[in-house]
Amino acid sequence: MLRDITLGQYYPVDSAIHRLDPRVKLFGTMVFLVSLFITDNFIGYIPAIAFLITVISLSKVPFKYMVKGMRAILFLLLFSVICNLFMARGDVIFSFWKLSITKQGIKTAGFMAIRLSFLVIGSSIMTLTTTPNHLTDGLEKGLSFLKIFKVPVHDIAMMMSIALRFIPILVEETDKIMKAQMARGADFESGNLIKKVKSLIPLLVPLFVSAFRRANDLAMAMEARGYRGGDGRTKMKPLKYHANDAVAYLVLFVYLGAIIAIRVIF
Amino acid sequence: MSMILNHVSYVYNPGTPMESRALTDINLKINDGEFLGLIGHTGSGKSTLVQHLNGLLLPTSGEVYFNGADISDPEFSRKELRGKVGLVFQYPEHQLFEADVFSDVCFGPINKGLSKKEAELKAFTALKQVGIEDEYFYQSPFDLSGGQKRRVAIAGVLAMEPEVLVLDEPTAGLDPAGRDEILGMLSNIQKDRGCSIVLVSHSMEDVAEYADRIIVMNKGSIVFDDTPSEVFKFSDELENMGLRAPEVTRALKKLKEEGFNVDVSCVNVRDGVETISKCFGI
Repeated sequence: MLRDITLGQYYPVDSAIHRLDPRVKLFGTMVFLVSLFITDNFIGYIPAIAFLITVISLSKVPFKYMVKGMRAILFLLLFSVICNLFMARGDVIFSFWKLSITKQGIKTAGFMAIRLSFLVIGSSIMTLTTTPNHLTDGLEKGLSFLKIFKVPVHDIAMMMSIALRFIPILVEETDKIMKAQMARGADFESGNLIKKVKSLIPLLVPLFVSAFRRANDLAMAMEARGYRGGDGRTKMKPLKYHANDAVAYLVLFVYLGAIIAIRVIF
Repeated sequence: MSMILNHVSYVYNPGTPMESRALTDINLKINDGEFLGLIGHTGSGKSTLVQHLNGLLLPTSGEVYFNGADISDPEFSRKELRGKVGLVFQYPEHQLFEADVFSDVCFGPINKGLSKKEAELKAFTALKQVGIEDEYFYQSPFDLSGGQKRRVAIAGVLAMEPEVLVLDEPTAGLDPAGRDEILGMLSNIQKDRGCSIVLVSHSMEDVAEYADRIIVMNKGSIVFDDTPSEVFKFSDELENMGLRAPEVTRALKKLKEEGFNVDVSCVNVRDGVETISKCFGI
């Protein structure tokens, strides 16, 4: 049921991408996302596709597994494509009733589809190859320069890691409560929209109650172990850059350069 | 009522790196009006097995038959099955959601398609049977004590009047008094309603006291399927699976080894006391 949502769930294999420092992966994801929006013609997507294919094959995560996760955003994708298709003004190719499809519309819709799907695949590669703990470690260290501006980086990273840590627990809990209510004859699938929303009450109330209970327990447990924020806190496995990370940075800069060059030239 | 599991196997997350085999070739028949104990170490597949009984999980291979119909059949109404095979999950108090106790217990029978009046009657009977007094009926279920919440949750399933009542560790996290209360209540319910009960537990004492028949699971397979006194003869094998025969049986076995003439097949304290008294001629 809910477990089928693979969007960004860590995929445990050992690969060159998995071994990279999380800061590199965070930076890489950012570069990739920026590159998608820098590009304004189809030629620019050639290096993007090449980059994506290389990373996917290096990551050893089956492509099928990634696409399965895409299903979750299929609706969003279709919605934005259709909107763009009809909204754009320009040379009309085809029209009926009040709707018309324009040349510009097709172009923006195409861009939108590519951008959105690349965006999702690109960012899911990061979460597929990085454990949540590593990810927040990377964020904390990578953004630590913000401390000068009094941004509570550690606290934000801690909140994030707790939130991420709780996702699988809450998913499991949802699954369990759903099953328990189904055992009492609850039906989450049939009926019209109002009935469907109403049928969620027996799921949501216990879920909220348990989320608050867990939050309370966790806060208590953290305090009992003397947690008082990030000051003076050391790490068991501090992040360190290795040679492969340097190579990865180099590749990223070359990629970014190529994208900018294409934008300028074409 | 007849419930038959035929060569049932179940695999979680097939085709992913998280793939894990939970059940292997389970064959089982649940008889009418039987009190069946299902024991096994944590992770032995007990909870997975019970979810097959009401169709929450469907076997990866093999079949589950309820009254002769295969529950994997697309024509088969699993919603109806869930009314006939009541499943009480671990920590059932976590499923309570209504504003008051009484409406929460009504949830099951109303889902079964009963009228409001009928549902209320069934809820009333069920609440009485689990020993919840009228004064609690219109309180929020969240204000009750742990033991009361659990009994309300059990009543929620009981109100659907199942032919088989399956309980997954109904005594987990309760003190000894609460435990005895729940188990005694279950035994009474079984006598009153004549339904079959499947009790999942990892406490031998619980199961030995009430079950007519015990199924022992280990690593997803059934290892023993017999009466309590027969199963507990294999105390060494049980220990290897991370389980223990009841204290009484183990004490009697020790006495026997020391040369006392006691009956080692006793599984509860009452019989144990009797055979020791007899041995010493008291």
